[in-house]
Amino acid sequence: MTQSPMTRVAAATPPGLARRIRGLSDRTLAWIFVAPTIALLLAINIFPLVWTIRLSLTNYRANRASADIEWVGLRNYERILTDPDIWRTMQATAHFLIWTLVLQVMIGFALAWLINRKFRGNDLWTTIIVLPMMLSPAVVGNFWTFLYQPQIGLFNYVVGFFGGVDPSSFTMIGSVSLAPWAIVIVDTWMWTPFVMLICLAGLRSIPDYIYEAAAIDRASPWRQFWTITVPMVLPFLMLAVLFRGIENFKMFDLVVQLTGGGPGSTTELTSINLKREAFEKWRTGYASAYAIILFVTVFGLASIYVKLLNKVKER
Amino acid sequence: MSSYSITEPSRRQKWVAGVLVILYAMVTLLPLLWIIATGFKTPADAIAYPPKVVFEPTLEGYVNLFTTRTRMAPEALEALGPPDTWYDRIVRQYDMVISGPSRYGERFLNSVIIGFGSTFLSVVLGTLAAYAFSRFKVPLKDDLLFFILSTRMMPPIAVAIPIFLMFRTLGLSDTHLGMILLYTAVNISLAVWLLKGFIDEIPREYEEAALIDGYTRFQAFRKVVLPQAATGIASTAIFCLIFAWNEYAFAVLLTSGTAQTAPPFIPTIIGVGKDWPAVAAGATLFLLPVMVFTILLRKHLLRGITFGAVRK
Repeated sequence: MTQSPMTRVAAATPPGLARRIRGLSDRTLAWIFVAPTIALLLAINIFPLVWTIRLSLTNYRANRASADIEWVGLRNYERILTDPDIWRTMQATAHFLIWTLVLQVMIGFALAWLINRKFRGNDLWTTIIVLPMMLSPAVVGNFWTFLYQPQIGLFNYVVGFFGGVDPSSFTMIGSVSLAPWAIVIVDTWMWTPFVMLICLAGLRSIPDYIYEAAAIDRASPWRQFWTITVPMVLPFLMLAVLFRGIENFKMFDLVVQLTGGGPGSTTELTSINLKREAFEKWRTGYASAYAIILFVTVFGLASIYVKLLNKVKER
Repeated sequence: MSSYSITEPSRRQKWVAGVLVILYAMVTLLPLLWIIATGFKTPADAIAYPPKVVFEPTLEGYVNLFTTRTRMAPEALEALGPPDTWYDRIVRQYDMVISGPSRYGERFLNSVIIGFGSTFLSVVLGTLAAYAFSRFKVPLKDDLLFFILSTRMMPPIAVAIPIFLMFRTLGLSDTHLGMILLYTAVNISLAVWLLKGFIDEIPREYEEAALIDGYTRFQAFRKVVLPQAATGIASTAIFCLIFAWNEYAFAVLLTSGTAQTAPPFIPTIIGVGKDWPAVAAGATLFLLPVMVFTILLRKHLLRGITFGAVRK
């Protein structure tokens, strides 16, 4: 039997992986390239999320794995939303969130504006300002407890030195009135550079000719600032607020090392509270419902905010 | 052309701006310098009042960081004879002897293994996915990209509950593999978004030319796109590495022994003796590589910091 030319060619081509890859269509290749990422995210992000939803409807406790699991419906959600302790936690989170955002936006924008005066060596100083945000929040937060020690701590000493108060007269992380500010200060120290960098990108995106045109029209620098600089940086600034807002709503590592939620529960942010419910009290079902509520809150707030951001961008 | 320009700030403006920024930078740097300095103090100097700026540097903190020590009666110490090494001598001042190494070395090594392992995996998977999203018609592309991004909005503690249970069932809790997979999943959203931005910027013409020359898609990807994207891949890798290096929430919940990384371990160094120099020494060794990296690679890092949302 004679072989057709086609089959002879096929037989001469070495089989195996190389040939199979060679023959792949773009479409198949696209799926091969995307599949591992999607699979990993499904396994470690989506599957756990679905599982959390399931657990949130039960009274399961992870430390008593063999106990009977009872379906409790939406009772966990009901209990959380009517629990005054949760609202206290939410208040602490809101205080932390609002003040860190306000301070970081103000200082970050001011710094970006100053750096954009393009003085000599500005990129080196920018890098130095950026350093804190690259470091491990847990390790840094832990060390700040040392800086906050009454009397011997550097923070108290410096405040005492410049503020004329006795450095042993106040304790930042031990007092109910100061602890919420202690975490705001460290977070601001750490994350202002992030807002600064985004603002800087915004400032640098404004073309020079706009200012030149304004100057020809005899607009004062003050007017130029409010009618050109601020509106053009606003979308960038709002983006920075979005990222910081999401991150600080999830805040755990820095604060847990700084105050551990104390004194009492004055700095017990939602994530810390959640960790306590899930991994110390082992109320797994209850904590799962709590986690879902937090996730929905972040997701909902972020979506509304993104819509707002798009409106600002369209202007 | 005159040197005067409307948009160029005046000399006085530059001078004032420079002074203010440098002042802020100094204040920002102070806590970091204090960590490094405290590592070289004796415990007594570390808690002195007023805080000591000038002090006699010692390696005591570093010796305490890497060793475990036991106290001995003076008679027993005398029987041992004089100390042989410089670190023995430091420990003997406090009537102690070194009884063995501390856990710090292991924890640091765990951080290195898990950090590099997850970075490698996220960059490989991220590059493939980013290339596909950048060049091919993937069905539901925008939805998939948004899905990848939205996984970052979940608080780590919220996902930690089922992951804790899942790892317990699969025998992955407190293992290097489990932590590598977990950090890869967290990092991959950043990696895909950053890398897609970098690959989008490589002109398609290069690949098309290669395809006409008889390359297959895969060859064109390997020999044309990858070399072009090398800088982008490297800066993405640094970002993933820094994240994995710094991560604390998952590490503290899911690891306790074998696979524990340095961030949950460093705060425990303090012990009952309030040994701040040892904590500072541990923190210094852990933070310094990142600081050096940041200063050396500042140009490439800035884009990653802003999550790729701000191009150049």
